[in-house]
Amino acid sequence: MAYAMQQLINGISLGMIYGLIAVGYTMVYGIIGMINFAHGDVFMIGAFIALITLLLLQMGGLMDGPAAILLVLLVSMVITALYGWSVERVAYRPLRGSFRLAPLISAIGISIVLQNYVQVSQGARPKPIENLLPGGIEVMRDGPFVVQFSYIQMLIIALTLGVLAAFTLLVTRTPLGRAMRACEQDRKMASLLGIDTDRTISLTFVIGAALAAVAGSMYLLRYGVIDFYIGFLAGVKAFTAAVLGGIGSLPGAVLGGLLIGLIETFWSAYFSVQYKDVAAFSILVLTLIFLPTGLLGRQEVEKV
Amino acid sequence: MSAAAPGPAPAPPPGTAPAMLEIEALSAGYGAVQALTDVSLQVRQGEIVTLIGANGAGKSTLLMTICGDPKPRSGRIRLAGEDITGQPTHAIMRRGVAQSPEGRRIFPRMTVQENLLMGAESLVQGDPAPQMQQAFTLFPRLRERLSQRGGTLSGGEQQMLAIGRALMSKPRLLLLDEPSLGLAPLVVKQIFDAIRKLNAETGLTVLLVEQNANLALRLAHRGYVLVNGRITMEGPGRALLARPEIRDAYLGGGHG
Repeated sequence: MAYAMQQLINGISLGMIYGLIAVGYTMVYGIIGMINFAHGDVFMIGAFIALITLLLLQMGGLMDGPAAILLVLLVSMVITALYGWSVERVAYRPLRGSFRLAPLISAIGISIVLQNYVQVSQGARPKPIENLLPGGIEVMRDGPFVVQFSYIQMLIIALTLGVLAAFTLLVTRTPLGRAMRACEQDRKMASLLGIDTDRTISLTFVIGAALAAVAGSMYLLRYGVIDFYIGFLAGVKAFTAAVLGGIGSLPGAVLGGLLIGLIETFWSAYFSVQYKDVAAFSILVLTLIFLPTGLLGRQEVEKV
Repeated sequence: MSAAAPGPAPAPPPGTAPAMLEIEALSAGYGAVQALTDVSLQVRQGEIVTLIGANGAGKSTLLMTICGDPKPRSGRIRLAGEDITGQPTHAIMRRGVAQSPEGRRIFPRMTVQENLLMGAESLVQGDPAPQMQQAFTLFPRLRERLSQRGGTLSGGEQQMLAIGRALMSKPRLLLLDEPSLGLAPLVVKQIFDAIRKLNAETGLTVLLVEQNANLALRLAHRGYVLVNGRITMEGPGRALLARPEIRDAYLGGGHG
């Protein structure tokens, strides 16, 4: 019981990270109908920028307390957003109106470029950091087994919920969110109403990258070690989450993320750690075969 | 703005008003298809001009080319004297052009209110409330459906919403693409009455594309006939209506 409780906490905090990345996949898919396969690597960039900022702060002797974590987060969001913007500008916009496969291929190209760029510039060795927020609260105790809800997990959950709430308000209540939804539903009509659709698409990449940066920073704090390759696995899992939740659906991406996090954690806890990725990807295959629109995806019936 | 006579009667054709839209020797198309060849057309301020023609004649392509999508291959387009040829679509719309396009293109998963607010996107001075009021006065049905999703409206309601949305930006030039398509005669009458009223009361300039030549030529001050991407005839609406070629080609012809 206590063991399962611990897995639940671990699974939710991992799922939140997947959910944040999955939102980026689903947003981009919604607005331009393509899977941005470089998004996982944008997450990895976010983690590296957080790491570099952290080391710079430590060198300056400014490394303590939540203020520092907040600063790391903000720097990572801003710079990663810039990466997201550039990726769209360089690799996708010139291919708009081209055949459907073209941006998909350039996405894979960008993914390889980002991985190799980080590998060359930062080195291939995994980069560990010390735990910045050690400790946590004891939830329950079962003999020698102590269920712990660590401060970092709390931070991840609270921060993700906060970011997602802000993001939901943005999409549902602001003119920018309305423009994004308009572009998603009928891009040509949106431009006929005076919306600069290229700009709206750029902003979508910027927001998606900023969310990935939050996920990357949280990943760094929680697991304490990153390398240039973390974006691949996390990216494909978040993609699985987006498909499971229903690609194009924002609440679906978060739900899918949570489910993938929980499945992976419980599978590792009760069956086999070695096969945890197999479990996650079996979900992808099963979803695509039996539930192609996902849990919260829209059935394609619309009145004309 | 030239004063228009109040009341439901069509305003007198403003023969000497300055041009709102001037198209000169325009050619355009999609990919390898040349849809428009050497088209010249003029719409003066306060005028309703209609463009009639068969399916595939290039009518919708002309409206879309005015909006910059596709870009013209040659020729000039001027809006109130300013050259807008080759400008991006959103920039052209922000200069005071609005379109209620073919197929209406209502955002299906937005409410009626959100659809209308999208129309106010290029409204230069902020407040969309008076424009929304105007849309409700023209089409009271929209107010009743305000929080309903666009995709759930009937065809006639969607057409009203498409026109209401286009009016939200206070356009100088309204482009209407087949507003009568697929609608019941009563609804068509309601929509055409609304266009007439808008023109008479606010002096709105309208370029109307229609397959229903009879209705369109009765409403319009002037008309153009488009055949295979070329203008073949032009003249006052009622004069065109009287021509035998038009009767034969577009009004069911024959004995009537």
